[in-house]
Amino acid sequence: MEITLAILIGLLYAVGAYMILRRSILKFIIGIIFLSNATNLLVFISSGIVAGKPVFVKGARIDGPLADPLPQALVLTAIVIGLGIVVFSLALKYKFFSETGTDDLDQLKKTDE
Amino acid sequence: MITTALPILVPFVFIIVFLFLRSSRLTQWLSLFGSSILVVVSVYLYSRVTSIGIQVLHVGGWKAPFGISLVIDHLSGIMLLATSVIVLSISVYSFSYIEKQFPFSRFYLFFFALIMGVNGAFITGDIFNLYVWFEVILMSSFVLITLGSKKAQLEGGIKYMALNIFGSLLFLAGLGLLYGQTGTLNMAHLAAILREEQHALQVNPATILFFVAFGIKAAVFPLFFWLPASYHTANITITSLFSGLLTKVGVYALIRVFTLFFVQDQHFWHNLILIIAGLTMLVGGLAATSQYETRKILSYHIISQIGYMIMGLGIFTPLAVAGAIFFMVHNMVAKTNTFLISGVISRLKGTYQLKEVGGLFIQNPLLAILFIIPALSLAGFPPLSGFFAKFILFKSGIENHNYLITAAALLTAMLTLYSMTKIWIEAFLKKQPDGTEANPAQNKLSVFDILPSAILGLISVAMGVFAGNFFGMCLEAANNLINPVLYIETMLQ
Amino acid sequence: MNSIILQLAEKYIRWIFLIFSVIVLIRGHNQPGGGFIAGLLAGLAIIFKGFAFTPGHVNPKLENRSQILIGAGILAIALSFIPSVLFGQPFMQGSWFIFSLPAIGSVKAGTPFLFDIGVFLAITGVVFMFFFSLTTPK
Repeated sequence: MEITLAILIGLLYAVGAYMILRRSILKFIIGIIFLSNATNLLVFISSGIVAGKPVFVKGARIDGPLADPLPQALVLTAIVIGLGIVVFSLALKYKFFSETGTDDLDQLKKTDE
Repeated sequence: MITTALPILVPFVFIIVFLFLRSSRLTQWLSLFGSSILVVVSVYLYSRVTSIGIQVLHVGGWKAPFGISLVIDHLSGIMLLATSVIVLSISVYSFSYIEKQFPFSRFYLFFFALIMGVNGAFITGDIFNLYVWFEVILMSSFVLITLGSKKAQLEGGIKYMALNIFGSLLFLAGLGLLYGQTGTLNMAHLAAILREEQHALQVNPATILFFVAFGIKAAVFPLFFWLPASYHTANITITSLFSGLLTKVGVYALIRVFTLFFVQDQHFWHNLILIIAGLTMLVGGLAATSQYETRKILSYHIISQIGYMIMGLGIFTPLAVAGAIFFMVHNMVAKTNTFLISGVISRLKGTYQLKEVGGLFIQNPLLAILFIIPALSLAGFPPLSGFFAKFILFKSGIENHNYLITAAALLTAMLTLYSMTKIWIEAFLKKQPDGTEANPAQNKLSVFDILPSAILGLISVAMGVFAGNFFGMCLEAANNLINPVLYIETMLQ
Repeated sequence: MNSIILQLAEKYIRWIFLIFSVIVLIRGHNQPGGGFIAGLLAGLAIIFKGFAFTPGHVNPKLENRSQILIGAGILAIALSFIPSVLFGQPFMQGSWFIFSLPAIGSVKAGTPFLFDIGVFLAITGVVFMFFFSLTTPK
């Protein structure tokens, strides 16, 4: 299970890296979404996968290892933060597009002079 | 003790108030009130840290290392003090600079959200909680930097967003790897685990991710490009606020993690930090020399000064870390002050372009005095704060035989002096250029323009005159950082 | 999107969403659910019209109310801290009160639930804010 997830994470990082190197701002944001999902998965499997085992559930019999609740809590927080960031960057891109009419990152040279 | 949470709770209460309050003069006075409370709170907390010891609050009654702990040690106390002073002066300054362009409530709301994030990052004792506070800072600074929705602001906002989000993701990934290796998130517990065993290789991937992430936040050499591209687009109040607080949170995080728990393989990391520090200083300083816009000069300057703070961390003796802390506080005060003055100049002259202004020394001698204090302080003239900050760093560099970085720092001090002289000559000494008016906007300066610079200038002078006392504070903080037994014990008891 | 089925079903789906969001909110303490998901559901239910018809069909007053909702939510979160301070417990520790109501029986309510309600309100407001910032050009 970990191997599969590790390959998936690598794939997501690769796709994300490719997307954030594109010239379009929208594709950049899509890349950020990929990267943030890859990172969330990375945090999720950081403590190892314990398949089919509960975290802390009332009445559960403890035979064998319990699942670590912390990475799940961390990922929940990270997902919420990721949602906020993605929506903000989309709103920013939307405003920028309606203001300038361009989606090309190469056009963003005015503040760098 | 509940008081430990006050630096977070006070801004939190004011955020609630500002959410319900509609735009009015009341908001401004309330923000002034709120920042005054913060000053009182941070003075009280620092006095508690020095008299009683490190302050710890286990939130929700969950003992460390299981819950989130808030902890104020000497470094956090000093940073809280500096932050509250900056916030107070920005609050006063915002009276005349936020008035026309903005909806008040929006600005003050996110202003206090930013303060909450910064204070939270300074006092948290949990590495994931640090990530959350970084995100609070990030979100509120996104909104602040694009407040006004001008074309340049949106463009700067996109650049700011792009690199900073990427940094946050690296931080989160590093956190995941670190948790996978150690099974804890509490900083003191991490320190206890990582200081005992020498599994450097397993932690190195996490370390490099943390280093790059905080490097982006702190704007060190190859990762600083978001800063000069975005800072000069925002309203000057917001730029001053960012210059004082944002990058310093990154530096604080670097100092915290590299003194507390990333202590393996020190030789390699300290060398890397020193190389990056030298490059940061020189590149920032050189880039500043080619600019003719006050805000851009000062923005590049922030970068070159970050190099000094990182240098203190790289040398890694108590003296050097104390120097880094001293420099950080000095820089927060003086740098914010120069930005505030550049705002006043543009209020009088209607532009930030140095080539279009002049004659300010005759027009407004008081402003000239207020500018020369932080400028000379940044350049390192005795008896101002910058001299002692640099002196401590140079001394520690020479004592520790780091001659190359000391030479780079000396050279950068020259470049700083050059940039400051440039602003001084162009804006103050030079005659008003032909074809431009002396006061096109017909603005008169009020007490709200002058007072914040006067406060910060006085602090710069005081930090120089009472350098011994302040250095004592920094050295105590540095000793507690290099040898964090007390921190670990207090937290895990 | 222009689907007649969705447009007709919208007012029923909205109520199902709202009721479901309350259920998710209440069961959230010990089971999957909680303030955040419930808030997303409730917020989506109210702006669902905008998906079925056009974004313009959503009541534009909601944009101003989003700030009040967020404020109320954060206020509720702040209120949930107060008992722990008053009772001298560790800061932010949960306090539970058990009381009996007629017809329902004994009810267990506590500050974590108040905290969840606060998150619920704030997230509902945030969803409105997101919706308007992504649909109406300023």
